[in-house]
Amino acid sequence: MTRVLPRPGLSLLILGVWLILAPAPTLGQVLIGVMLAVALPLATRGFWPGEIRLRRPLVALRLLGVVLGDIVTANLLVARQVLGAPERLRPAFMDVPLGIADPFVSTLLGSIVSLTPGTVSVDIDRGRQVLQVHALHIEDPAATIALIKARYETPLKEIFGC
Amino acid sequence: MLLDLFVSVLVLLGAAFTLLGSIGLARLPDFFMRLHGPTKATTLGVGALVLASLLHVGGEAGTGGLRELAVALFLFITAPITAHLLSKAALAEERRSRSRSEIDEG
Repeated sequence: MTRVLPRPGLSLLILGVWLILAPAPTLGQVLIGVMLAVALPLATRGFWPGEIRLRRPLVALRLLGVVLGDIVTANLLVARQVLGAPERLRPAFMDVPLGIADPFVSTLLGSIVSLTPGTVSVDIDRGRQVLQVHALHIEDPAATIALIKARYETPLKEIFGC
Repeated sequence: MLLDLFVSVLVLLGAAFTLLGSIGLARLPDFFMRLHGPTKATTLGVGALVLASLLHVGGEAGTGGLRELAVALFLFITAPITAHLLSKAALAEERRSRSRSEIDEG
């Protein structure tokens, strides 16, 4: 079982998404979906280093809500910055110390940082355990780093128990 | 009627934010600053368009809704990863050109 379906959850997700995207759920589409659901996890097995388990689904939902709200804020902010005077912006690189060792969860943190106000993740440095972040305009780097850690990293650690 | 109005507002909002993302790409002075516009604005821009489509089409044909959600999901996953890969590449390129000039000087 584990050899054919190393990640049953992922397989189920692929089949589900395939059927949603298919024009009609015919037998042929189901067959293609099943083939993909078996083949893709096998082909990408090397890229999934460890088992990922959602330990706190409610915290995950709350984080999703926070991130969706922050995406709207991020857009209003970036709109103002883009339409304002670009030469007055003070961009900077910052190193956010990572408290997460798991590559999947740290990538998730990087993605959240990119979608939320003011910052884009540039690089995840595993050796130094830092998330390198670029800010379009920064007043107080230490406060921004603390905000990222408290607002996104802490709930992520709680959700995945790492 | 009210739904149509809501859908129209969402379409205009989506278009406006997508445009803002492109303006950012054109106006901001350096590569890393330019990343900010498209990564954020396109997400909300296309997000609003997808929501409009969900309300408009999903309201008529039952199955439409899930498909739009899948589109939004893909977008939210791929936009930050694209930005991340682009900036990683830019950073590597910068390091490479810097080291090359050091070799030239020596």
